[in-house]
Amino acid sequence: MFRRMLLSTTAAAFLALTPFAASAQDAPAQGGDIVVTYKDDITTLDPAIGYDWVNWSMIKSLYSRLVDYEPGTANIVPSLAESFTVAPDGLSYEFKLRKGVKFSNGREVVASDVKYSIERAVNPKTQGPGAGFFGAIAGFDDLTGGKSETLSGIETPDDGTVIFKLSRPDATFLHVLAINFASIVPKEAVEAAAGDFGKKPVGSGTFILKDWTIGQQLVFERNKDYFVKDMPHIDSFKVEVGQEPLVALLRLQKGEVDIAGDGIPPAKFLEIKNSPEGAQMIVDGEQLHTGYVTLNTKVKPFDDVKVRQAVNMAINKERITRILNGRATAATQPLPPLMPGYDKAFTGYAYDVEKAKALLAEAGYADGFETVLYATNTDPQPRIAQAIQQDLAAIGIKAEIRALAQGNVIAAGGTEGEAPMIWSGGMAWIADFPDPSNFYGPILGCAGAVQGGWNWSWYCNEDLDKRATAADAMSDPAQVAERQAVWGKIFTDIMADAPWVPVINERRVVAKSLRMGGPDNIYIDPTRVINYDAIFVKP
Amino acid sequence: MLSVLAKRLVQSALILFGVAAITFVLLYALPADPARMLAGRSATAQTVANIRHELGLDQPLLVQFMHYIGGLVQGDLGRSYAQKTEVITLIFARLPATLTLMAAGILIEVIIGVTLGTLAALNRGRFIDRAVMTTAFVGVSAPQFVVALLLLYVFAATLGWFPMSGYGTLSHVVLPAATLGILGAGWYARMVRSAVVDVLNQDYVRTARAKGLSQRRIILRHVLPNAVLPIIAMIGIDIGQFMGGVVVVEAVYGWPGIGQLAWQAIQQVDIPIIMGVTLTSALAIIIGNLIADFLAPVIDPRIRSN
Repeated sequence: MFRRMLLSTTAAAFLALTPFAASAQDAPAQGGDIVVTYKDDITTLDPAIGYDWVNWSMIKSLYSRLVDYEPGTANIVPSLAESFTVAPDGLSYEFKLRKGVKFSNGREVVASDVKYSIERAVNPKTQGPGAGFFGAIAGFDDLTGGKSETLSGIETPDDGTVIFKLSRPDATFLHVLAINFASIVPKEAVEAAAGDFGKKPVGSGTFILKDWTIGQQLVFERNKDYFVKDMPHIDSFKVEVGQEPLVALLRLQKGEVDIAGDGIPPAKFLEIKNSPEGAQMIVDGEQLHTGYVTLNTKVKPFDDVKVRQAVNMAINKERITRILNGRATAATQPLPPLMPGYDKAFTGYAYDVEKAKALLAEAGYADGFETVLYATNTDPQPRIAQAIQQDLAAIGIKAEIRALAQGNVIAAGGTEGEAPMIWSGGMAWIADFPDPSNFYGPILGCAGAVQGGWNWSWYCNEDLDKRATAADAMSDPAQVAERQAVWGKIFTDIMADAPWVPVINERRVVAKSLRMGGPDNIYIDPTRVINYDAIFVKP
Repeated sequence: MLSVLAKRLVQSALILFGVAAITFVLLYALPADPARMLAGRSATAQTVANIRHELGLDQPLLVQFMHYIGGLVQGDLGRSYAQKTEVITLIFARLPATLTLMAAGILIEVIIGVTLGTLAALNRGRFIDRAVMTTAFVGVSAPQFVVALLLLYVFAATLGWFPMSGYGTLSHVVLPAATLGILGAGWYARMVRSAVVDVLNQDYVRTARAKGLSQRRIILRHVLPNAVLPIIAMIGIDIGQFMGGVVVVEAVYGWPGIGQLAWQAIQQVDIPIIMGVTLTSALAIIIGNLIADFLAPVIDPRIRSN
C-alpha cells in the first residue's frame, strides 16, 4: 500500500483541453460542500514530508508555490511568483513575488519565507523525502552534509525577489519548484507546531484546514483571500478516512459521498462501468505509470542479455491487462505513453514464445532454469505474478513466487544479488513530475544501482548515464523538443539491453457523484490527482 | 492480599518489559528499512542516510532499545516516523472509539453467549443443544469480513436502519458491535454450556432440586453464579484482544479504532506506532487479567479461603 505516487495524467491533459475551455453549461459554478472518502488515514499535511498519493493533492491545495501547473495540464505557470526570468546559461533563476499574498495566519508572504521553506525541505533534521530534488541549488551538499544550516544558492535581495543560483544546469528546475516539497510555509507556524506541523498546517493555498479529528475526518474550507479570483470553486470539502472502498461506493450511490478517492473495487468495476449511471460516475484516466519486471543483471542467468530478451518476449501482457479488468494497456518501453519523449513508433519486444525459446537455447538454456520472482502480497499483484510465472513456464523457466510485504520486497530489490526478478506492481514507478528524466536516475541509472537503491535490475550503462546528464543540462526553453527526443532515445536504447520487461501502463480510477462537474482531467490531474481548486458542484 | 497485589504488579511490569523487548527485536530484525520507506524512491542515498541518522536507526540495537525504554518509563512512546506526531496523542485520539466498541462488543457477546450456552446445557443432547452448538461453531468459524459486509448490506445499505459507516452516535456502534458480538458469542456459548453442565451435576444442585426450588431460581441463584468464573477470565482476555484493535471490523465500518492505526503503521514500517499499539494491547491484557484475578475471590468465596 505504499502508493508513493505521484503524478498521474489524462489523455485530455495533453490534448490541451483545459477545464475552462469547456462548453458553457460546464462553466464552473461557485459554492457547495462536498464529501471525499479514503481508506487510509491522512499521515501528514506537512509539505516537506507528505509523499503519498492521498495527501499529495491536499497539500497542493493548502499551500502555494512559486510556480504551479495549469489545472488538468502539465503546463507550468507563475503562481506565488508574478513573473520569473532564467539566465541564458541556465544557472540563475529570478522570481518576482506577487504582492499582498497572505498566509492563513494573516502575515504577508515574503521572499525570506521562500528561502526558509526550501531550506527546511532540504535540511536533514526535517527528515523529508524530497531533499534530493533540490540537488542543483548551490550549497546543497553543505546543507545535507551538515556543514551549513542554509542554502547559499538562494538569495533574497528584497522582500519581493528570490534568486536561485544553481551549481549545474537543471532542465527540470521549474518542475522542482512546482512540486509539493517546494511549498511555502511560515517559519513562526512551523516553530509553534513544535515538530507537528503536519497536523497544524498553515499555508497560502486555496484551502485552509479548519478541523482535523484524528482517524475520522478533516475539514478544508475555502481560503476567501486566495490571490486568484473565483478560485477555488467549492466552499469546503470534508475528507472522511477509514472508509472501505466498497462501502464508499455504496455511499456514493446513495448520494452521501461525492468523491470516492480510492476508486472502485476491482470486483465491482465492470458492473459499475456497464451501468448507465455508473459510467458517469467513473473517472478512468491515464497516469504517468509503468509496471515492470526487473531482471537482475548481476544474477545468473540474467547477466546474459539474450536471456533478458527472451523473457521480454515470453510475457503475455494482454492477459495481464485482462486480470486488471482492462484498466491498463500493454507497455512497450519504460516511459508511459503520456510522458514527453515517449516513442510511439517503438514496438519493443512482441509476444513470441517460439522466438523466446530459440533465444534461450542460443544462450545455452534450452532446458530452461530455475529462478525466483518477487512480488508484493496485496491483490491483484500475486495473481499477476502467477500469470508471469505461467508465461515463464511456457519457455521452460521455473520461477518460484515470493509474495511479501512491500517493505521486504523493496529491501530484497536493493540488496545486491538477492532478487533475480521483481514484479513492480504496487510499487511501480509513477512520475514525480511530467518529465522523462524522472523515469531514469533512481530506477535505471547507475546512481540507483547501489545498496538500498531502487534500480532493482542493477543495470548500469555509463554511456547512457552520460547522455542523461547531457540531456538534463539542456535547460534552454528553445531546446525542449530536442531534449525530449534525446530522452526518448535513451529509453528505447535501454530496451536493447532489456534490463526490464515493461509490462503495463495502469490507469487510475476515481469515482464521483453525479452532481460533481468539470472534465475528467481535474479529477485525475497530471500533477495532483484530484484538483480541489478546479472541481465544482453543478448548479 | 496486599503482598499478592504487589507480586502481581511486579510480574506485570516484567511482562510488559518482555513484550517491549521481543517486539523491538522482531521489528529490528525485519528486512524492511523504515528510513527507506519514508524516503521514497526519488530520495538520494544521502537523504536516506540522513533520515536514518535523525531517527537514530544508525545506532546499535541495544542503544536504541535503552533509549526507547528510557522514554517509556517516563510515559514517552516517541514520535511516529511517518506522521511525526507523538504516538501517545495518536493512541489517545483513538482510545474512545476502541473502548466503546470493546464495551459494546463484549456486552453483546456475553448476553448472547450466556443465554445460548445455558439454554444448550439445560437441554443437553436435545435438538436445542445441537442447534446452539452448531450455530456457535458457525459463529466461531465465520470470517469477520463476510459477516460484517452481510450485516452492512442488509441493515445499512438495503434497510437503511443504521448508518453505513462512521462513529459518534449510538446507531453507529450497533452494527460493528453486533458483528463482533455474534462472532464472539460462540466462544462464550460453548464455554458457558460446559461450565453449566458441570455445575448441574453438582450435589448442591440436586439438593436444591430436591428441596423443590423453581427451575428459574436454581439457574439464577445456584448454577450461573458458579459457572461465571471462566466467563470473567474470558472477558479479561477479550479486553486485551479488543484493545489490540479488531482490524477487519474497523476497516469495514470505518471505525476509527486502534486497529486501523496499527494496520497502517505496519504497512509503513512505522515502528514507534507498532510498539505503542502492541504495548497498549499488552497492558490491557494484563489489566484485564488482573481485574479478573481480583474479582474471582470477590465472587467466589472458595477462592478467598484458599
